[in-house]
Amino acid sequence: MIRFVNASKRYSSGFDALQNVNFHLAPGEMAFLTGHSGAGKSSLLKLIALLERSSRGQVVVNNQNLAKVPRRRIPYFRRNIGIIFQDHQLLFDRTVYDNVALPLIIAGFSSRDIGKRVRAALDKVGLLGKEKKYPITLSGGEQQRVGIARAIVNKPPLILADEPTGNLDPELSAEIMGLFQDFSDVGVTVLVATHDIALISQLPYRVLTLKEGKLIGDTGSETGLTSGGNS
Amino acid sequence: MSSASRKREKQVSPNILTLVRSYLIRHIQVFFYSLGQLSRTPVSTLMTCMVIGIALALPTGLHVLLKNAQQLSGGWESTAQISVFLKKNIQSSQAKKLKSDIQAWPDVISIHYISREQALKEFQTLSGFGDALKALDANPLPSVLIVKPKLSKNSEQATQRLLNKLRNLPQTDKAQLDMQWVKRLYAIMNIVERGVQILGFLLALAVLLVVGNTIRLAIQNRRKEIVVMKLIGGTDAFIRRPFLYTGFWYGLFGGLIAWILVSFTMLTISSPIEKLTTLYQNPFELDNVSFLTTSILLLSSILLGLAGSWFAVGRHLREIEPQ
Repeated sequence: MIRFVNASKRYSSGFDALQNVNFHLAPGEMAFLTGHSGAGKSSLLKLIALLERSSRGQVVVNNQNLAKVPRRRIPYFRRNIGIIFQDHQLLFDRTVYDNVALPLIIAGFSSRDIGKRVRAALDKVGLLGKEKKYPITLSGGEQQRVGIARAIVNKPPLILADEPTGNLDPELSAEIMGLFQDFSDVGVTVLVATHDIALISQLPYRVLTLKEGKLIGDTGSETGLTSGGNS
Repeated sequence: MSSASRKREKQVSPNILTLVRSYLIRHIQVFFYSLGQLSRTPVSTLMTCMVIGIALALPTGLHVLLKNAQQLSGGWESTAQISVFLKKNIQSSQAKKLKSDIQAWPDVISIHYISREQALKEFQTLSGFGDALKALDANPLPSVLIVKPKLSKNSEQATQRLLNKLRNLPQTDKAQLDMQWVKRLYAIMNIVERGVQILGFLLALAVLLVVGNTIRLAIQNRRKEIVVMKLIGGTDAFIRRPFLYTGFWYGLFGGLIAWILVSFTMLTISSPIEKLTTLYQNPFELDNVSFLTTSILLLSSILLGLAGSWFAVGRHLREIEPQ
């Protein structure tokens, strides 16, 4: 699903955010991306979501070589990725329902379909009764779950999460991680960037560790070995 | 890929028919959504529309007035008339006799006799010197024959010949052809028309800039929304759409305000103008904004609104990228 081959990212300032990163994440696999702040976690996620392009090397996502995705195709490419942000990126002048419905509206679903899918997604994250509320009236954990509902509402094959538990207490963090595990169980590829070592050490998933832009640790994947050539 | 994930893949995007239908529905939704957005800030929306309306009302109003002036004077050149002022000692009966004589001339279309009494009465109502005239012992005005020459190809020479003939009549004190000033008037109106066109062009440009700037501010205000849209796969067209419709509404409302302003002004001045033209014995009803002018006004203001927002969106949307 995700394959990095000698991928590097150098900013115009000359700063090397990523250097020669190699890894492969198989479809349906769940992994954590960890490292200190500034180690390159965000840069790596940005390369996958085509928010930025690699300076050297190859990034292949969902069988697409990202260097060959033209600018005008980027929106269509991003529709296959559910992105979850630390700061949620919700629209505060719209209800929970409208926030979650946004990806479906963009993709052009009919309003009847939208209603079904939005309610299914909100049900999944446990916010079914709150669809008419505005995000500002919700707690931090609830806001994050709205963000997750929005990311999964069009059932993307890949979910990226950038510090999804950054502002949450351990109990809520564990809940959120539980959700990601559920998605992974139904075949969605999940990559979670986090510096919460305590949390991920309790979970049986692959961990990629970045330091100063280099991949210095990879606990490896069982699934990756069996379906290695099929990213 | 497993069959489960292939099934999921299928659900990711809706089918073509749904896409086309929801595309149209989406347009209608955004059409009204952008209107709703504008109605949330009624004061600033109204102010923007007023600016557009006033800017467009100016050239439109001048255009309508000019059209009226052209229509009013349009018949003048073709009906150039010769005023023959008769000597004061000519009696009314003699004048009437002369009138019927001249009527018979082949190069005369019509002739109109204004007696001294009529002339005085007319002058009193027209000039406002009514009371002062009453102080005079005798009527100072001569009787007049208004002769309309027949027009042919070389009408100018023919008219000149007729003028000379009338001048040489023993009863004539003075005969004059009222043509020169009509030509001058046309020349002046041509200049005014050109001026109105230039003014219209400049004000259209102003409307473009006003809408562009307003939309630019709207884009700045909704920066976060645009970033979120881009993050979750909104195409440029999708993000641009509400702003374009906003420009459309600005144009439409601005045009309507311009129309109201011009129509109202025309209504207000129409009755004094009617009075004035009646005094000139040439009753003239002021034409209000015609259907054609209204259509052109609304169409161009909508186009200006769309174009203004198009430029603003084109310039500023690319600058906003998720970080």
